[in-house]
Amino acid sequence: MSDITNVVEGALQVIEATESLETLDQLRIQYLGKKGELTALLKQLGKLPHEERREAGQSINAAKVSVADAIQQRKEVLETAILNKKLASETVDVTLPGRGQETGGLHPVTRTLERIKSLLTPAGFDIVEGPEIEDDFHNFEALNIPADHPARAMHDTFYINEHTVLRTHTSPVQIRTMENQKPPFKIIAPGRVYRCDSDLTHTPMFHQVEGLMVDENVSFADLKGLIQDFLRAFFEKEDLQLRFRPSYFPFTEPSAEVDIQCVMCDGKGCRVCGKSGWLEVLGCGMVHPNVFNSVGIDNEKYTGLAFGLGVERLAMLRYGVNDLRLFFENDLRFLKQFR
Amino acid sequence: MKFSEKWLRETVNPSLSTSELSTLLTMGGMEVDGVEPAAPDFSGVVVAKIVSAERHPDADKLQLCKVDFGGDEHVDIVCGAANAREGLVTALATVGAVLPGGMKIKKAKLRGVPSFGMLSSASELGLADKADGIIELSPEATLGQDLRQYFDLDDSVIEVDLTPNRGDCFSLRGVARDVGVLSNTDVLAVEVTTAAVTTDQTFPIEVKAKDACPNYVGRVISSISTNVETPLWMQERLRRSGVRSIHPVVDITNYVMLELGQPMHAFDLNKLQGGMVIRKANQGEQLTLLDEQKVELNADTLVIADQDKALALAGIMGGLDSSVTDNTQNIFLESAFFSPTEMAGKARHYKAQTDSSHRFERGVDFELQTIATERATELILDICGGQAGPISEQKSKEHLPAREAISLRKERVTRVLGFEFDNDYIETSLKRLGMSVSETDAGWFVISPSHRFDIAIEADLIEEIARVKGYDNLTVNKPAVAMVIKPQEESQLDLSSLRSVLVAKGYQEAITYSFVEPEQQTSLSDGEEAVALMNPISNDMSVMRTSLLTGLTQALTYNLNRQNDRVRLFETGMIFSNENGQIRQKNVFAGIVCGKVSPEQWDLDSKQVDFFDLKGDVEALLSRSADLPEYEFKKADYSALHPGQSAAIYNNGQKIGLMGMLSPITVKELGLESKIGFFQIDLDALIDGKLPKFSTLSKYPRVRRDLSLIVDKEVEVTRITACIEENAPDTMKNLQLFDVYNGEGIDSEKKSVALGLIFQGTSSTLVEQEIDASVDAILSGLKQSLNAVLRD
Repeated sequence: MSDITNVVEGALQVIEATESLETLDQLRIQYLGKKGELTALLKQLGKLPHEERREAGQSINAAKVSVADAIQQRKEVLETAILNKKLASETVDVTLPGRGQETGGLHPVTRTLERIKSLLTPAGFDIVEGPEIEDDFHNFEALNIPADHPARAMHDTFYINEHTVLRTHTSPVQIRTMENQKPPFKIIAPGRVYRCDSDLTHTPMFHQVEGLMVDENVSFADLKGLIQDFLRAFFEKEDLQLRFRPSYFPFTEPSAEVDIQCVMCDGKGCRVCGKSGWLEVLGCGMVHPNVFNSVGIDNEKYTGLAFGLGVERLAMLRYGVNDLRLFFENDLRFLKQFR
Repeated sequence: MKFSEKWLRETVNPSLSTSELSTLLTMGGMEVDGVEPAAPDFSGVVVAKIVSAERHPDADKLQLCKVDFGGDEHVDIVCGAANAREGLVTALATVGAVLPGGMKIKKAKLRGVPSFGMLSSASELGLADKADGIIELSPEATLGQDLRQYFDLDDSVIEVDLTPNRGDCFSLRGVARDVGVLSNTDVLAVEVTTAAVTTDQTFPIEVKAKDACPNYVGRVISSISTNVETPLWMQERLRRSGVRSIHPVVDITNYVMLELGQPMHAFDLNKLQGGMVIRKANQGEQLTLLDEQKVELNADTLVIADQDKALALAGIMGGLDSSVTDNTQNIFLESAFFSPTEMAGKARHYKAQTDSSHRFERGVDFELQTIATERATELILDICGGQAGPISEQKSKEHLPAREAISLRKERVTRVLGFEFDNDYIETSLKRLGMSVSETDAGWFVISPSHRFDIAIEADLIEEIARVKGYDNLTVNKPAVAMVIKPQEESQLDLSSLRSVLVAKGYQEAITYSFVEPEQQTSLSDGEEAVALMNPISNDMSVMRTSLLTGLTQALTYNLNRQNDRVRLFETGMIFSNENGQIRQKNVFAGIVCGKVSPEQWDLDSKQVDFFDLKGDVEALLSRSADLPEYEFKKADYSALHPGQSAAIYNNGQKIGLMGMLSPITVKELGLESKIGFFQIDLDALIDGKLPKFSTLSKYPRVRRDLSLIVDKEVEVTRITACIEENAPDTMKNLQLFDVYNGEGIDSEKKSVALGLIFQGTSSTLVEQEIDASVDAILSGLKQSLNAVLRD
């Protein structure tokens, strides 16, 4: 049986030295194929004496297994090498930029509006919108600003005709809501508003968010709580200092203006806050009884709070924008900073 | 309103620093706009008298002065001022003095003559913008006294921004009254002496418009001196309030207005005919105002007239003809109450807004007219001399503003403010504000004083109580929110989800002005009638946009001109148009693109954006609200768009938008060269989506048959697909266009269209024969309606 041992040893040596899968396959045929050397040995078994056949058969089969194993192992080695080589050849520069479209982004005013909405809608405020060309009744009369009221001078109004204006605030949406719904309600009205004024700190168009909450027992204390929570959340500053100052809006009584501690200098006084340490950010108050009267809401039963804030102003403070006019130039170098 | 802090403190002097006082004012509703020093820093300037003045031997315009400034010795000063003269008391900047701006005074030689200091003008000391010559002080001034002390310059000027409801604070007395309440400090009462009447001279007054002028007080003062000047202390107070000194009588009326809040007017009596008539103007009546503006009066305007003609716009501005001049000796002094409703808007109409009109519009204390007259008389007699006649008063009580009792309920105060006050606190606060208060079962009856025009209802009183307490001292409450789940239509899309579709496609959101330049809009629009503004800021913002195209092309141009050759912008907003006299406003979603399809990169050759790139973006948006086959794109013709590359977008037969490439002519008119794509879709149509509906998934295999058809070039692909759909059985599940070709090998009048038809059975596997039959039916339909044949 030394033949078998020789064949196997020879085969294992050759297999180990094989460098290609093709050669390996030829070796498999050479040893294990139908006409292969080990197969040939099996065929000769019949010539052996009966008592030797069993042992010889086992030896030949063991030899076949060891050769087949060797081929299989070698095959795996060769395949791994090939794969590795292929992978190596496919290596890319992972630092190169990705292919395709770059993403755009939202305008900082939209971004700010979305933030305001996302803070107030979970608190139960519905979002409502209204027309931008308004009639005198909704923009002024119903808001307790009769013709020739000195407060009209505070609104540099764009007129379409004698009775039609570009809304000077989002407050008319309050009126439209109260005309069409029954209290209680909580709404915010975001949108564009217009004032006939254009200089370094005024653009003839800007954005406001008006808020209104009417229920049976809404109080000034609620207003203070709501505004305080909102501003602290908006600026992500839990200890943000606020102050409520008496002011005047024809459609609220009492009326207040709200200053926050300057977010640029933490109230120490800087260019942005005019060295005062305070920044005026919004106006608010309790809904004026005349407003309720003009939309037929019972003053005795209901009270309401209202607030209005300037979106550009908040965006400027939040993102540190130093020039209002940039918002409407639509310079891509500006817009891309707010992705 | 601006005023001197020291002046205020003469009436009310709380123990507060300037900055604390200014916080008190701000937190009390009189927002302090600024606190400025009354004069810039300077030192070493004293009161001095020129004891002799001689001409400089070598200079015509210079004088050699010997100046006494209170010491033992006189100093030599060389002075160039024309008014330097012997006996003049003026200001001397001594050697070592530092003037505003930091200039230091040293010994000097002027044309060879030594000078030990400088005689100063008001402008050099920062007390006036300009000055003629050196400052002239009263002959009684104490020589050697520091000028800052003399003028009381270590003072601050406080400027408050008054809200329109607080006309009562438009005077020192008014501010003091509020400061007194807010700081709980006593306020000195106004003491007015009744002038001795030394002449019986009067001038008739007839008030015809009693409702507009419920009280008119007049007095003649005769024989005033023509050569007096307004005393410096008054000039200084006026200056600190931002009022120019003009004439002693005018200065006095202005001073009384600042002090008490009563605007007054002095007429030159000798220029008046017959008597005063307070009446409405005759339509078209002419009047030349003090500022030399000629106005043509409307019949609704109240005037002060004499027998002949209108003399003054009541409460707004006097007329030039009847005004006091340097030669005036006899005056008629007017102190009236004009009703705020009468005054509303008038000054604005005549473009003559004045300190007086501001006060009358907001409401002047209607019990102040006589007091103010006495106060002005006192000052005139004191400063200008003269003889005062008796006061004539024409008062119509029934036309004076009513002061009705307002019911104030304790429970309401608590409910509105969310804060429980002591009854005492409420009562005391209101009384300190000058209200008369009487108790009732539920609270109080309150009557507001004659100087308050902003207290009409209970809510006004509640505000006053809160204001006195200080808003910051009221409770903060976190409103409890009822847990309510609100109905929400799932089929309605959120605008922000639409925005994010385009953001993902590289678009940047823009916000452009809603008003645009009319001519540019006309050239870009399709004949919509724009809504115009009556009072635009400028011509290039004078009409409302009828589409977002004008604004977006402007934004595009702005960026192209700044070396950005790839621009993708979108905007959502309202557009406006006039349709048969009706203003229509609707929200749209629009975009503009220009430049390469993809941003420049290292491994992608990008082409210039074309119609189909744009359409891909539009379809991405549209597919959010409905399946694309539900939309129809019809070839359209918009003047600004390329006639062969523009489409109207329809859904359910309703036109919902448009898209296309800008026509080369439009692009050229914009001064650009690139290809530009634009789309605009009605927002309502985009938002109106649908609820997804499930259909069963087939488990049988799909079979695809590709058809390559030859059709006439003009046949639109949607006609082919529609024809296929029409002739196809339910088992055709999908139709995929994969090639359109009309180059070599195809008749130039024809085109080849290749489509993949996907069949799938729902209850069994389709057999070949079934599919063949379906395809045959489709092909014969195509042949019949579109003359389409299979490509060889």
